[in-house]
Amino acid sequence: MFVLKHKKIFLGLSITLMVLALLSPLVFGLKVGIDFKGGALTEVVYTDERPGQNELNAALNTLNFGSVLLQPTGENGYIVKTKNLSDPEHTSLLQALALEDKYSFSELSFNSIGPSVGRELTRKAIIAVVLVALAIIFFIAFAFRKVSRPVSSWKYGLIAVLTLLHDVLLPMGLFVLLSHYFGAELDTLFVVAILTILGLSVSDTIVIFDRIRENLRDQTNVKLAFETIVGKSLEQSYVRSIATSLTVILVLLTLFFFGPATTKYFALMLTAGMFFGTYSSIFLASPLLVLAEQWQRKK
Amino acid sequence: MIKNLIFSIVILTLGTGLAFFVWQSEPRLNDNFEAESSFLKKYPFRLGLDLSGGSHLIYQADISSLSAGQVNDSMESLRDIIERRVNIFGVSEPVVQIQHSGLISGADEQLIVDLPGVTDVEEAKKIIGQTPLLEFKTEAPKDAPQKATVDKDGKVTLSLDAQFVSTELTGRYLQKATLEFDQNTREPTVNLQFNDEGSKLFAQITKDNVGKMIAIYLDGEMRSSPVVREEIPNGQAVISGSFTPAEAKQLVGYLNSGALPVPISILSTKTIGAILGDNAVNAGVKAAIIGFLLVALFLILWYRLPGLIAIIALSIFISIILTLFKLLPVTLTAAGIAGFIISIGIAVDANVLIFERIKEEMRAGSKIPQAITAGFSRAWLSIRDSNISSLLTAVILFWFGTSLIKGFALTLGLGVAVSMLSAILITRIFLKTLSFVGDGKLARFLFSSGFSK
Repeated sequence: MFVLKHKKIFLGLSITLMVLALLSPLVFGLKVGIDFKGGALTEVVYTDERPGQNELNAALNTLNFGSVLLQPTGENGYIVKTKNLSDPEHTSLLQALALEDKYSFSELSFNSIGPSVGRELTRKAIIAVVLVALAIIFFIAFAFRKVSRPVSSWKYGLIAVLTLLHDVLLPMGLFVLLSHYFGAELDTLFVVAILTILGLSVSDTIVIFDRIRENLRDQTNVKLAFETIVGKSLEQSYVRSIATSLTVILVLLTLFFFGPATTKYFALMLTAGMFFGTYSSIFLASPLLVLAEQWQRKK
Repeated sequence: MIKNLIFSIVILTLGTGLAFFVWQSEPRLNDNFEAESSFLKKYPFRLGLDLSGGSHLIYQADISSLSAGQVNDSMESLRDIIERRVNIFGVSEPVVQIQHSGLISGADEQLIVDLPGVTDVEEAKKIIGQTPLLEFKTEAPKDAPQKATVDKDGKVTLSLDAQFVSTELTGRYLQKATLEFDQNTREPTVNLQFNDEGSKLFAQITKDNVGKMIAIYLDGEMRSSPVVREEIPNGQAVISGSFTPAEAKQLVGYLNSGALPVPISILSTKTIGAILGDNAVNAGVKAAIIGFLLVALFLILWYRLPGLIAIIALSIFISIILTLFKLLPVTLTAAGIAGFIISIGIAVDANVLIFERIKEEMRAGSKIPQAITAGFSRAWLSIRDSNISSLLTAVILFWFGTSLIKGFALTLGLGVAVSMLSAILITRIFLKTLSFVGDGKLARFLFSSGFSK
């Protein structure tokens, strides 16, 4: 089997990508959205022409809100990012945006989140990530409780978890790039995307491991090498692994290209998660399994 | 054989019926929606704030002065009062929820207020946060200093405020307010009934001011200034004049809703304009349709006849899910629509696993009917295992999530659960019905897939 013969190359590639993904926030930094750090986001669209950015910045600076970030959006709109605003502050922001009634605009959305809500959400997100990870680890351990020869079941579980880590880290790295080049911000949907990837991508690994389990059971009489069985299982299941992911990737891509603006980065992250999830179940999980069996024999 | 055929027809009919229900009960799709029965009118899709436009407010309740046992009661009465105030505002389907403090939700007692369609958040906050201030004032002594302003045309305006002085009587002593219509003028009036203490105060004030004016102030603004004819001992007063019926009704509501049991302060505000919401709905629907078509194209090209079956099963799956969205009801958000669209992709996964298995059995030498039976039974373990992890994630997301996340978790979780059912029940019956195609060359071609001939 091609994949298993060159397993060191694929393992090397995956490890390199994972290291790059881990390093990426250190190099590019990561923008945290107001969901987590608190703050206000106001989106307006001007009826006629929008005022120039410098002109608006000058007006906004007189408000003394600290740092105010002005981002052009669409043809005639701006997104204004500030600290979280009270009612009077919100009103004076809107007045400043009208530049003494020279321009008229409508406010598309206003979102102000106090720092305590941000802290609360951060804690919730961490709890959720831990819970989902634990649930999936237990599930894997349960699913493979009956497989023990020649590789013991906890090793299947460990490998599945390593694969999951890979599937989550790579989309995270992609997100850091999106954040750097397109201004994507770490928000609630980012956390949901990570958790969904955890849930979805583990299934591909499980499908292939299931196959290995079945083939091991069927071959009690003729003793084939473990690598041969894994290779055979891979050949039997990679088409359906790709096919099942492909259908999900198809809908995710339409969600990215045609769907609501709010879920665009979300869809892109999930697409990456599905892609790497399928990739890793074929090119990472199975080679790791063969390696584990080889190490075990050397001992 | 016959049994399968009957089952197939029943499933098809039911599926069509559900699709028809979804279509007919949707105002955007059904041109004759107004003429439909009330049953259908009851079930349009429920759209979340990010799709319908509206305001989402989170308040923190200051419970520091309460003992632990009082917290629940106070929060509930807080919710009731705010619900009443919101209802005065005439918002359709407002949601006012308590979020108690806890390990998951954080240390604050919070109140979450969703106001669909309300985009003037300042106005909304005013209504929620403010107790109307009702004051009764009496004429100031004649020698009191008068305040006058002269505008630029030289007109002199005497300030009314300086002509009246405050009394002890305020809205605190109010028992209830009712809306009535003046029998002669048909103008709306607001009738007030004071409690015992208030009645005594009012009797005293009217007794002292016979022949003089008493001014009734609402939120610092004079609403009427009737002249007292005689002492009023029964604690009843009437505010009349300058109301529209709607205003009067609102005022009655305010006065009755009373003061808040605990002080609240705003933690976060979110307003979404209707335009943004509409755009998101359109984009979501477009993405769902295109996504479905792409998946259908893939299925028919790659899996041929079984692919066609899968498309029909998928259509029925979508009808079931959309019906559930309407009946439960599920509040749809942009993230929720994303969850639904993803579940379309996941729903065919089970079919794919089954078809690949059938193909394998055929290659191993089985005839088509046997291949179908074996394919189903051998694929089931994989289907179950690969869906459990998604379901687990959805459950945890739903449990911990904010409303945004809940929407996603619910649509995704429902999608995964229903898709497992539809794969093992619907697709199986359809495929078994098709076993009559036999095992000829054409049949084998139709049941093959991919690039094989």
